[in-house]
Amino acid sequence: MPDATATKETPAAVTLTGVSKTYGRGAASVRALDQVTLSAEPGEVTCLIGASGCGKSTLLSLIAGLERPTAGEVAAGGRVALMFQEAGLFPWLTAAGNVELALRARGTGRAERKQRAAGLLETVHLGGFGKKRPHELSGGMRQRVALARALAADADVLLMDEPFGALDAMTRDLLHEEVDRITAGRDLTVVFVTHNVREAVRLGDQVVLLSSRPGTVLERYEVPIERPRRIDSAPVAELAGTITDRLREEVSRHGT
Amino acid sequence: MAHDTIAGLDALDLAAEAAPGGAGARAGRVWNAAWPKLAAIVIFLALWEILYLAGWKSLIFPAPGTTLSDLGTQLSSGQLWQAIETTLGRALGGFAIALVIGVVVGSLVSRIGALRQAVGSMLTGLQTMPSVAWIPFAIILFGSSTSTIGFVVVMASAPSIANALIAGVDYTPPLLVKAGRLMGLARLRLHWHVYLPSSLPTFVSGLKQAWAFTWHSLLTAELVVLIPNHPSLGILLDSDQQQADMPSTIAVMLVILILGVVVDGLFGLWNRSIQRRRGLE
Repeated sequence: MPDATATKETPAAVTLTGVSKTYGRGAASVRALDQVTLSAEPGEVTCLIGASGCGKSTLLSLIAGLERPTAGEVAAGGRVALMFQEAGLFPWLTAAGNVELALRARGTGRAERKQRAAGLLETVHLGGFGKKRPHELSGGMRQRVALARALAADADVLLMDEPFGALDAMTRDLLHEEVDRITAGRDLTVVFVTHNVREAVRLGDQVVLLSSRPGTVLERYEVPIERPRRIDSAPVAELAGTITDRLREEVSRHGT
Repeated sequence: MAHDTIAGLDALDLAAEAAPGGAGARAGRVWNAAWPKLAAIVIFLALWEILYLAGWKSLIFPAPGTTLSDLGTQLSSGQLWQAIETTLGRALGGFAIALVIGVVVGSLVSRIGALRQAVGSMLTGLQTMPSVAWIPFAIILFGSSTSTIGFVVVMASAPSIANALIAGVDYTPPLLVKAGRLMGLARLRLHWHVYLPSSLPTFVSGLKQAWAFTWHSLLTAELVVLIPNHPSLGILLDSDQQQADMPSTIAVMLVILILGVVVDGLFGLWNRSIQRRRGLE
């Protein structure tokens, strides 16, 4: 786990400098990431996008401190929380219990735990659902509990690995609004991985396009579009089009 | 507003849940579960009666009626109840000790790689070893005493409990372990908050099997290790055998069968309630 003391000195919450990651050794080794350099600013959303094999998930594991880079340096200022495509809630606990466990892991006292868990569920509009078990909730609701649980860790950095990939379009749109609202309210650094270029443009302050095998930074796009944004608005579609063209170019390079 | 849309979507998502039925539906479910069992008992008694009427071993083989009335007589006297109390007490006591040992050993072996390499296969070996093989060892160690019976029961059940826990830990979804680690849980706290609760469904079905081991080994031990003035089901069976009292022998066997089935059924109920709570049904 990255230590929680570095927040004040480092201006950028997440900085990767020349990061490479190789799995295995010798002839059988696979280079997942090659010389990746990028930084994510506090209070901003950085979207990582790329085709299969671009090492997006490896990148998140490195930032989360679950894995170590083979070369280069990863600096994540503060506490890191991670959300996955599946909610990963504990099925034996209620929604509130899941959030409370995250608080308990940090040493929050019993009475405060209950109160804060209720508040966090309220934040994700699940105020009345604390007593429900994960299997009684819909996929979108489970993802919101997972979001509340990630927020319970009082993270400075929130890593999201295609968290809305399995949801229907309307639920996903609503959750995009939630991400906007929640990141604006806290000085949260969000790194968001997705396959969906429009989703990346809809959410991101910057979109980082990665190449595949090995993953390197191909292009970095600032997203100057005013919030609130809509995924079906013309400026979002236009920039998404530009990025998609570049992504296709990269993908077809692998076919020849 | 977004909030209203979310609330609406949530309501629509959850509305699909079926409303639970009333008392009538419940009674129907109970009947549906009960009648095949009742029918099986009736068929069993009928076959027994036919075997008796056919005159097989007619001098010693009793009619179901004779056996059941013998059972009734024994149940109204104090001795059978005292024996049930002793035997069931030993079973539960032995099972409880085996549970503690099994959980501790299973926890250590499942989470510490070197320990698993060292004793993992030995645990399976112990589980397959017939419990009766422990009896001479235990008698030399403790004499003909309750400790001997308890020892044999624990040795028979603990490995199976440990193995049940190991299986449960192995089935813990990696995503949940990752989620736990990211929360900052590690080692003992990760075990307590993630691995143990996650293994509970597998563990409880393993406990059913461990209970069978307990019950088998206990009756074996009680038949071999006779402790005078301590009426147990084993002692009753032994004295019935000495007196060639077939109706009483079968009556005690029925008691043993029913007790085993009842406890097994309780484990089944526990297992189903866990699965219902986790939406695994």
